[in-house]
Amino acid sequence: MRFMYDGTNLVPEPLTAGGEKVVPISRVATIPIYELNPHFSPSSELLSFLAGRQLLLDELPFSLEQLHSHYENGYVSYQKGIISTTQRHRCLRCGNDAPHLFASFFCARCETICTYCRKCVTMGRVSECTPLVVSNVPPERVVYPHSLAWTGTLSNAQQQAADAVVQAIEQHAELLVWAVCGAGKTEILFPGIQRALARGDRVCFATPRTDVVLELAPRLKQAFPSVPTIALYGGSEERNKQGSLVIATTHQLLRFYHSFDVMIIDEVDAFPYSVEPMLAYAAEKARKEPSALLYVTATPKEDWQRDVRQGRRTAVTIPARYHGYPLPVPTLEWCGNWRKKVTRGTLPQNVLTWVKKRLDEKKQAFLFVPHVELLEKVAAILQRLDHRIVGVHAEDNARKEKVQSFREGNIPLLVTTTILERGVIVPNIDVAVLGAEDDVFTEGALVQIAGRVGRSAQYPGGDVRFFHFGKTKAMVKAIRHIRQMNDEARQKEGLR
Amino acid sequence: MCLLCHQRYEPKLGWGDFLTVKQTDVLCEMCRRSFSLLDGERCHRCDRPFSQMAESYRHGDICTDCLRWQQADEWRDVLTKNRSVYVYDEWMKDVVARWKFRGDYALVEAFRTDVCREFFRHFSKNVVLVPIPLSKKRLYERGFNQAKALAELLSLPIVDVLERVDSEKQSKKTKIERLRTVQFRLCTGEWRCDQCVLIDDLYTTGSTVYHAARLLKQGGVRDVSSFTLARA
Repeated sequence: MRFMYDGTNLVPEPLTAGGEKVVPISRVATIPIYELNPHFSPSSELLSFLAGRQLLLDELPFSLEQLHSHYENGYVSYQKGIISTTQRHRCLRCGNDAPHLFASFFCARCETICTYCRKCVTMGRVSECTPLVVSNVPPERVVYPHSLAWTGTLSNAQQQAADAVVQAIEQHAELLVWAVCGAGKTEILFPGIQRALARGDRVCFATPRTDVVLELAPRLKQAFPSVPTIALYGGSEERNKQGSLVIATTHQLLRFYHSFDVMIIDEVDAFPYSVEPMLAYAAEKARKEPSALLYVTATPKEDWQRDVRQGRRTAVTIPARYHGYPLPVPTLEWCGNWRKKVTRGTLPQNVLTWVKKRLDEKKQAFLFVPHVELLEKVAAILQRLDHRIVGVHAEDNARKEKVQSFREGNIPLLVTTTILERGVIVPNIDVAVLGAEDDVFTEGALVQIAGRVGRSAQYPGGDVRFFHFGKTKAMVKAIRHIRQMNDEARQKEGLR
Repeated sequence: MCLLCHQRYEPKLGWGDFLTVKQTDVLCEMCRRSFSLLDGERCHRCDRPFSQMAESYRHGDICTDCLRWQQADEWRDVLTKNRSVYVYDEWMKDVVARWKFRGDYALVEAFRTDVCREFFRHFSKNVVLVPIPLSKKRLYERGFNQAKALAELLSLPIVDVLERVDSEKQSKKTKIERLRTVQFRLCTGEWRCDQCVLIDDLYTTGSTVYHAARLLKQGGVRDVSSFTLARA
C-alpha cells in the first residue's frame, strides 16, 4: 500500500483525493502515532480481532476506511514491514536480515521496484510497501480460577520443577526446564499454567514442529477444559479465534504482538531450527513486557549447559524419567566406509546383523540416516530382508500414514532422517544410527534419538546403537550427557 | 543456497564450467531433479503427452481435445500450436503455488534455463510475446503477473495488448463455463505484429489461450501460438 504523507497526516492511497504524491510505507520517515481518543467509539469486533496480533491488511476482514479511522483515533498503529539501510534489509515480521533471503520485483501495488522477505513469504508477502497493523489496546484479561482438571500426581523431581515453574510465572522470570526425554514435561507445566490463568494471564506454548502442536493441543484442552484453547499451525481452522491458551508453531507466532504474559518455548534447540533465529524473534515480539519466559528442553545447547553449571542461567533439571528407570545408554560401533557399501547396494555386516536380529525377534526399530538422498537407497537395500520396511522423511507426503502404520505394528523397521528424533513415541523399540559421525547428528540430536527408547513403564529398556565411521565429539558428549543425567537421578531420588 | 529448499549445496563442477560461461544452477541437485520436462510423443498441437491419455483419445498426430477445437468453425486454426516446458505434476503444482499464490517472485529464476531453451527450440526470434493478463484486482492482490514474469525471461519484445474483462478465477470454472465466458478485450492503440506467442503459466483446457488467440487474429495477427510453463 502507498500512503500520502505531508509531515502531519498519513493517508492510504485509496482514501486520498488523488493527485497527491504517494510513497510505499517504507519511505515514510516517521509514521505518526495518535493519542487514544476517548470520544471515538471503536468497533469491538475489530479490536478483538486485532488484539495482541500483528497482521497484514490482506488478513483483516475490515474496510480500509474503518481501519484507518481506528488509526486516526489512536486505536491501531501502522508499522513498516521492511526497513532498509544502505547495506541490508530487515523484515520486521520475522526478523530476517540475511541478504540472500530478500528479493525485488516490479510491484503492481506500489508501481516501483519493491523488496520483499522470502523467509516468511508463506505467511503472506511482506514487502517494502506492506504495512503491518497492530492494535494499541491490549488483549482482554479473562480470569479462570481452578481451571486444571488433571488429577494425576507428580514425582518428587517433577514437583520441584513444577514449583519452580509456578514461581517463574508469578515473578515474570526466565527459567530453563531441562527435562530428559520421557520426564513428563507437559505435566510439570500444568500447575504453572493454572496459576497464570487464574491471574488472567495469556499463555503461549511455542514449538517449531506442527507434530508437537497436534499432539499437545488435545492434552492441554483435556487438562484445561473450561479455557478457550487454540492450536495454530499451517492450515489450522482456529486462526482467527481468540483464546487464553495458545499453542503455535514458529510461523504462526509471527502473527502475534505484545500478546502473552507467559511464553513457553518447547525444544529450543530443535534441529534444524537451532540455527534459526526466527523462533527467538517471534517469541520476543509476541511477549508482553513484563512476562515470564520458559524454555523446555531435553537437550540444551552446550553454551546453555555451561551457563547452568556456572549459575548464570536459572534452570531446574529433571534427570529421571517419570517411570523411574534409567535412560538407555548408547553403544558405539565402528562400521567402516558404509557410504561406499551403500553405493554398491549393500550395508556393513554389523548393521545387517543388527537389523536381522530385530526382525527375527520381531522387535520394532528405527534406523536413522543422515540425509534424504541416502534414505531411499538404504530402505531399498533393507527391503530385500523384509519387504515391509519403509523409509520416511520430512517432505514425505505419506509421512503421517507411515508413522501411523509403524505405531500399529505393520512396519517392522522404519528408516528415517532426523525428523523423527522428537515427538514420535512408540513403546518397546530399538534404535540405530547409520553414519553417526555426520554433522547433522549433533549432541542434541543423538540424545533425542536415544530418548526414543524405553519410554513406557512396561518396556523401560532397549538397545541404542550408533554405527559410525570415525568417532566424533558429539557422540562422546551425547553418551556423557545421558550418563550424567542417570547419575544425577540416582543421587536425587534413586533409580529403579 | 538453493532457491527452493534454502539448503546449502555444492554445485557439481565439470569441465564445462571452466571452459564456458555457463551459469551455475540456482537450485540444488535434489530440487532440480524433481522437475519433469515434457517428454516422449506428444500431441502436435497442444503438446500433451500421448502416454498420459487412453489410446482412443489419439487421432493420428493430435488428441481429441485439439480435434474438437479444429472441428468447430469458430475455433479452427485459431491457435497454430502450444508448447510447454514442464509436466504439471505434484511438484510443479507446489512450486507454482509458492511462486504465484504465496508470491515468492524470485522463483521465476528457477525456470529460466529450461524456459529459454525450450522456447527457442520451437519458436524463432522474430516473434512478439503477449503475456496473458490478470484483472486489475487480481494483479493488485498478487503484486505481479506470473505470465509477464515468464515472458521477461526471454528478452524478446513484449506487447500488453490484452485486457481481462472477467475476473473470476479460471480454476473455479467448469470446462463449459470456461468456453462460454468472454475473458479478454483488445486494447486500443498502436501495435502491429505478424507473429505472436501468447505466454502463460499453465495450459489446462486451452480455453484461455484460444480466447486470447481469437482476439489477436481478429485484430489482424497472422499467426498465433502459445507457450506455457507447464502442461496440465
